[in-house]
Amino acid sequence: MSKAAIEVPPKGGFSFDLCRRNEMLVKKGLNAPSFLKTGTTIVGLVFQDGVILGADTRATEGPIVADKNCEKIHYIAPNIYCCGAGTAADTEAVTDMVSSQLTLHRHHTGRESRVVTALTLLKSHLFSYQGYVSAALVLGGVDFTGPHLHTIYPHGSTDTLPFATMGSGSLAAMAVFESKYREGLTRDEGVQLVAEAISSGIFNDLGSGSNVDICVLTKGHKEYLRNHLQPNPRTYISEKGYSFSKKTEVLLTKITPLRDSVHIIEGGDEMEE
Amino acid sequence: MPIQQANWSPYDNNGGTCVAIAGADYCVIAADTRMSTGYNILTRDYSKIIQLADKSVMASSGFQADVRALQKVLEARHLVYQHQHNKQMSCPAMAQLLSNTLYYKRFFPYYSFNVLGGLDSEGKGCVFTYDAVGSYERVGYSSQGSGSTLIMPFLDNQLKSPSPLLLPAKDAVTPLSESEAVDLVKTCFASATERDIYTGDKLEILVLNAEGIRREYMELRKD
Repeated sequence: MSKAAIEVPPKGGFSFDLCRRNEMLVKKGLNAPSFLKTGTTIVGLVFQDGVILGADTRATEGPIVADKNCEKIHYIAPNIYCCGAGTAADTEAVTDMVSSQLTLHRHHTGRESRVVTALTLLKSHLFSYQGYVSAALVLGGVDFTGPHLHTIYPHGSTDTLPFATMGSGSLAAMAVFESKYREGLTRDEGVQLVAEAISSGIFNDLGSGSNVDICVLTKGHKEYLRNHLQPNPRTYISEKGYSFSKKTEVLLTKITPLRDSVHIIEGGDEMEE
Repeated sequence: MPIQQANWSPYDNNGGTCVAIAGADYCVIAADTRMSTGYNILTRDYSKIIQLADKSVMASSGFQADVRALQKVLEARHLVYQHQHNKQMSCPAMAQLLSNTLYYKRFFPYYSFNVLGGLDSEGKGCVFTYDAVGSYERVGYSSQGSGSTLIMPFLDNQLKSPSPLLLPAKDAVTPLSESEAVDLVKTCFASATERDIYTGDKLEILVLNAEGIRREYMELRKD
């Protein structure tokens, strides 16, 4: 056990030392562990008074639903939220990291965080990992300069848009946006449109499902509407219910007697030094 | 020039799940109606079940083009049988025919995972389960398809079929009543739909008994 832990490169980042070994193992028939991907529909749009973000709540591991009600709208700052698609661990880690960095930055500067700051921190982190951190994000918030909405791709490129969709259900959601979006929507119209776009992803994309989460961000105010819509209740619950017998089946009983115990005889010779 | 690998596959998986349960005097066969490819839904209303004979019903999941081709072959062969023997094929006979038809294409298989259900000549429920190349076995219950890994353990727990290796051969059919078996099937599918993305939309249930055949539908989650 004298071998040290895996060598970390001096400037940080990934160590690719084990890649060859992994390839060899896969060739020999090892099932590589799968990643929990969010196979998602996430959207954002800019309306009259700010930004509205939306997301579905299904997390998949291949064809299986791992989490029926996960949270994909992550907190970055009191006035900035971020939806994440791609590998769940990556979106979670990268948003938590930038959120911490911004908290320190707010203490340092004494000012409210700006969306472009979060954008720059996220994009430079993702670029430095050359796309290996598989996080596709929709970043939205309202700061001193106004409402902002951005998309960030795993390789680190960004777009600034009035409405955006990401994830496996992005085409289904974008179809809704392209048909019905217009500038200067009211809050209720915006929430309605976002809910429609996410629902389109939920019903038409197999990687998305369950409920609709919405986050409304305006100047100085945020509204996190967790499970704003729940259009997928369980369709059948048996009235009589099912029981699972607790007892285990005894297949074989074999009694092995313990070795005869050793008797201690009092009054033997004591050991002498 | 480096060696090129073929990247066109003649197969596709359209997803879906099938279940069949045999009872003392009935047989329940069920399948969902969703047909998908990749992450997309092709249709929410596609029947995977076909009645091959009076007392034989087959449900198949997998590549629906191959499933349809297989169904047509079996229907044609059954018609020929009827002309030659002046009677309908029994369920065990159909089971053997299906096995032979599948093995015939051993080296370019039908990508079809089948369960055959029906009533045997004594009127008892029978279920036969297959792999893609025709290996089959008569069982008390079975499930095939994308949700089978979720449903099978639950059926094993509730129906506890005795091993077919025991002698004298113990009856594999379940003692449950017809309505209890249908309830069990509905629960299975509602649960599989929660966790399998390829199962959902609608459930089609066929019940075969002495009186004939009955069809029932139930809504499933559409997400």
